[in-house]
Amino acid sequence: MVKVVVWGSLKPHTGGKAELEIEATNVRELLNRLGDAYPGLKPQLARGVSVAIDGVIFRDGWHEPLRKESEVFLLPRMVGG
Amino acid sequence: MPLDSTPQDKRAFKVVGTRPLRPDGIDKVTGRAKFGADATAPGMLVGRILRSPHAHARIKKIDTAKAERLPGVKAIVTRADFPDHTNGDAALFDILYNIMAREKALYEGHAVAAVAAVDAHTAREALKLIKVDYEVLPHVTDVDEAMKPNAPVLHNTILTDGVEPKPRKPSNIVRRYEFGHGDVEAGFRRADIVVERTFKTEATHQGYIEPHACLANVGPDGQGELWVCTQGHFMVRDTCARLLGMDISKLRVTASEIGGGFGGKTTVFIEPVALALSRKANRPVKVVMSRDEVFKASGPTASTSIDVKIGVTKDGRITAADATLRYQGGAFAGSPVEFGAMSAFACYDLENVRAIGYDVVTNRPKQAAYRAPGAPMAAFAVESVIEELAHKVGMAGIDFRIKNAAHEGTKSSYGPTYGPIGLLPTLERAKQHPHFKAPLGPNQGRGMACGFWFNFGGQTCVSLNVNSDGTVALSVGTPDIGGSRASMCLMAAEELGIPYDKVRAIVADTSSLGYNDVTDGSRVTFATGMATIHAARDATRKLCARAAQIWGIPEEAVTWEKGHARPAGPNAGNFPPMSLAEVAAQAGATGGPIAGHYEYSADGAGVSFATHICDAEVDPETGATRIVRYTVLQDAGKAVHPSYVEGQFQGGAVQGIGWALNEEYIYGKDGRLQNAGFLDYRIPVCSDLPMIDTVILEIPNPGHPYGVRGVGETSIVPPLAAIANAVSAAAGVRLTSLPMSPPRILAALEQQNAKRIAAE
Repeated sequence: MVKVVVWGSLKPHTGGKAELEIEATNVRELLNRLGDAYPGLKPQLARGVSVAIDGVIFRDGWHEPLRKESEVFLLPRMVGG
Repeated sequence: MPLDSTPQDKRAFKVVGTRPLRPDGIDKVTGRAKFGADATAPGMLVGRILRSPHAHARIKKIDTAKAERLPGVKAIVTRADFPDHTNGDAALFDILYNIMAREKALYEGHAVAAVAAVDAHTAREALKLIKVDYEVLPHVTDVDEAMKPNAPVLHNTILTDGVEPKPRKPSNIVRRYEFGHGDVEAGFRRADIVVERTFKTEATHQGYIEPHACLANVGPDGQGELWVCTQGHFMVRDTCARLLGMDISKLRVTASEIGGGFGGKTTVFIEPVALALSRKANRPVKVVMSRDEVFKASGPTASTSIDVKIGVTKDGRITAADATLRYQGGAFAGSPVEFGAMSAFACYDLENVRAIGYDVVTNRPKQAAYRAPGAPMAAFAVESVIEELAHKVGMAGIDFRIKNAAHEGTKSSYGPTYGPIGLLPTLERAKQHPHFKAPLGPNQGRGMACGFWFNFGGQTCVSLNVNSDGTVALSVGTPDIGGSRASMCLMAAEELGIPYDKVRAIVADTSSLGYNDVTDGSRVTFATGMATIHAARDATRKLCARAAQIWGIPEEAVTWEKGHARPAGPNAGNFPPMSLAEVAAQAGATGGPIAGHYEYSADGAGVSFATHICDAEVDPETGATRIVRYTVLQDAGKAVHPSYVEGQFQGGAVQGIGWALNEEYIYGKDGRLQNAGFLDYRIPVCSDLPMIDTVILEIPNPGHPYGVRGVGETSIVPPLAAIANAVSAAAGVRLTSLPMSPPRILAALEQQNAKRIAAE
């Protein structure tokens, strides 16, 4: 299980929880299973997200590995100018 | 891809870090460079766009019959020519709606129809003959007004997301964001001093010199070409193909030289329209925006309204920080408020922090990215309060910031824990900088501010071809908006061990290279640079293999060093080193052309911090402000071409000076933009500015083989606040609205004088 923290305004879609426990070994599994467990997150997942793993932000990279002790945050998909 | 955990920070670079002339320099100063409007084709038509004069209006009917009968008119397109191919992709549908209005015109300047004609005069006459039947609707352009319950609603489909319970009634509030951790209320209870203020910033335009321009040519077989001024020609190709229902392979896009972008050329405006006109006319069609159109119908940044509240103990430690940010991003969802909210407090080590953001739509043009989208406005508000708090606890602003600065191990305000970051080094260098100790003159004030930006990598693809004479052709897919071709040549030369001038980089068209994300997010020197390094390494592996073949020894017995293939050791054999040119000359006989390639999705860009110091002089009689000294200190990881790093630092500061002092979108009561031109919307020119001093810090990014960090955006984050702090110090009154134009400064001074008189 990996603990992933979603940003505050997604809580209406996760039963009020910001910290979610998800069985996932990489980013792809994490995103798929987040959507399965919390269908309300699917529109945001479709709009795009980034995943921060141990302080490093990944905008892409489905196969980045996740460890049980990894610090994982779901973030909006990074943009730039 | 896995990150390189051992960047070559101790490596002695031979070429990287030098300052050679840029390969496109001569072309640009002699006029030989081809920009968007320079494209031409036999039989080319002129495209012109009819735009809504109303801020908000239902389009009841568009009658093009008279215009179609005008001799010389070859095609007219309206909403009817843009069927919805977006398959439920809401963001793409918004782009479709933005490039050509559908049931409503949502802002003044919204495209309503377009004409292709044999010349500009005929095209303009044709536009006059198109009859549009509008039902004018109430409009709203101010972010706070747009959030009120009785505001005119732009879209009946917007039901605010991110709030509980979800509203049933449509409004202009698209989405609520919230970031943070801890308990801010408890933190404020522990505070000895709390400062709470509200700030406003006006919308500004990126102000690129070159207006949007493109030449489209679609044949009767459905195959098309597009020459365009853009920050991302692969994005243009894919977006246009999807909007027009074309196969991506049937559209080839070539990026012209680009006269500035700063984020404003990361989407499409005129390109799908030009393609649709060309497809209908069966002729090439060129569309070039006027400056009026650039202001009214491209993508400025958001205007904002921000509340900030920060509490501190008497000894200057922040106990809680809270902000509510309201950004309007024009007529469609997608203001950069989430990045404002995420970055607002990112410079600080905070136990209790919360940032709430509201994405709001108004009757203004759809915003586009502008350097570190959303962050400068948030930094303006937060760093203004930080400066005020420092004074209230009796500390110098820099010491207060050092005491509260984020560092390695800090839980960032947006969530993740920071790894090695460069904020404290920029603050400590700032404190030692002579600027900080220099005396101030009459009516002058000094301000400072810190800034943060995320940076990212993105999809990238590079090809490197070794020519028979030992020179190298490098093909990249990221338009060069800041000297990146020079930086790529430097990195390729470094890896290959050959002189800089033996490498020539081009921006390849979309049919010559795999997909590349847009030149944005401060990503190109980082991501395209890393791809270039890996492509060069791929080439040197192949060069070694060819040398091994020539020498008749195993490939693994050959290494690449100082531009030569060499036997790896005495056991490999006694062969004289073979130069790149010598191996290349024998390529045909040893297996054919030699090339290196690399394709990947880059991650690990590493966040970026900067500290700026500004001295401003305010004329108390006129309210006019002059920036008299300005210093930028920023971490570049590794400066590949220091002149272009300095250029990015200076450019960000200068755009910030314009944003802080002069630039604003001014709307009349009729919802029309009143200053759509560079005479009335004044960007800073050289005579307005001091030399911007720069200090490059090099704290290697572990995510890049040379330690490179992006530098293009962070430099625009601190200026609004640094200047506001300087102007407030000079004027003796806190300025909370941008731009700090002379009338605003005079009003603030008069208000203060009135208060003083009343108190006496």
